[in-house]
Amino acid sequence: MGLLSKKDSKLILDPLADNNPITIQVLGICSALAITAQLKASIVMAVSVIVVLGVGNVVISLMRNIIPSKIRIIVQLVIVAALVIMVDQVLKAFAYELSKQLSVFIGLIITNCIIMGRFEAFALGNNPWRSFLDGIGNAAGYGLILVIVGFFRELLGSGTLLGFKVLGDPIEQTGLYSIGYENNGFMLLSPMALIVIGLIIWVQRARNKDLIEE
Amino acid sequence: MEHVELFFKSIFIDNMIFATFLGMCSYLAVSKKVTTAVGLGAAVIFVLAVTVPINWLLDQYLLRDGALAWLGPEYADYNLSFLSFILFIATIATMVQLVEIVVEKFSPSLYNSLGIFLPLIAVNCAILGGSLFMQSRDIPTLGLAFNYGVSSGIGWFLAILAIAAIREKIRYSNVPAPLRGLGITFIITGLMAIGFMSFGGMLTGGDEEKPSLDSDPTNVGMKIEQSKNEGTAENADAVSLSEMSTLTKQ
Repeated sequence: MGLLSKKDSKLILDPLADNNPITIQVLGICSALAITAQLKASIVMAVSVIVVLGVGNVVISLMRNIIPSKIRIIVQLVIVAALVIMVDQVLKAFAYELSKQLSVFIGLIITNCIIMGRFEAFALGNNPWRSFLDGIGNAAGYGLILVIVGFFRELLGSGTLLGFKVLGDPIEQTGLYSIGYENNGFMLLSPMALIVIGLIIWVQRARNKDLIEE
Repeated sequence: MEHVELFFKSIFIDNMIFATFLGMCSYLAVSKKVTTAVGLGAAVIFVLAVTVPINWLLDQYLLRDGALAWLGPEYADYNLSFLSFILFIATIATMVQLVEIVVEKFSPSLYNSLGIFLPLIAVNCAILGGSLFMQSRDIPTLGLAFNYGVSSGIGWFLAILAIAAIREKIRYSNVPAPLRGLGITFIITGLMAIGFMSFGGMLTGGDEEKPSLDSDPTNVGMKIEQSKNEGTAENADAVSLSEMSTLTKQ
């Protein structure tokens, strides 16, 4: 972080752990959990949100002095929607299979509370460079949780990571499967995403007592 | 019959919270008390019932491939579906504003109970999600679109009502300190979602392929893909889907 001052690097690093958007601020859970059954989808979703929030924060920050505060919500929505359409079109052009699989959840980035939350709380009151760092940091904190959840769900649920059979082949009985290991198909179903996040919150708050709620 | 089927399917099987996690933010934030949860839930039903049919009309007559044919044959080639996000969210934002104004004018008592939640709802993922799922599932008629809006709203309402009631009770329990608040709410929601999965057999009689996979949103796209090129099993996604379902069946 040689390029960044201490204050700036705090903007990026804080949301990764102690001020994580998902586990602490409770933002942006909506569109996230459903796509974490596979690591690849989680990574694509994380990257999309990083792009949208990074660019969106800069745009809002550049416009912050000319947006009338009464209609700012709709201005924000239009900007996010435009960015998300771009991401969606890029995905459709270069990763069609994946964009089919993510189906409506790319579109739901628009109403992802992280985006509106950061626009309101940060970009409207700070200069573009700091807003950019804040956007990247928060989106990365969000992406981190997605990747962790995706990692465990794919590993335990189908025994693969990014499609590679890391635990051996269940049909040919190699690797772990030769000693009787079974995939837990339940991990692929949606309720387990909630429970995995619950456990992540548990671990995080047990390590850092300041975060415990009354 | 298809109305009844869609109604129960959207409430129980494809429940917005438990199957697709839509509207989780307000679900977690506003579920501390039953009374506020009821207010928000009612507002969600109301707004979904208004916006889904409107967006259905927009989709049908403006956005989808060839939808502009009613303007004249020279417009039949246009496909504006890439604009659907921005149009849907604009519709939702305006409708919410409009509904707020109308309700304030004609029913002050309703406004007092719903009013504060309406602005919150414009950016609730459940609302946009309702419209996007309506589009991706190709709901055929306006009546069914209205039905879909109302019933998925009811599903959301039931979910937030249940979790609010549980959270009111759980305050008296001795939950491990790091889990208190958010953590235990996540885990309870997960357990409730597992419970709701048992509704999966409701429409199939329980003897067809595992319906829980149907309601898993990650498979929606694949299913569309699959139905589009039936039989071409070379499709990598289709293969992995069938692999997955055999694995879960074991």
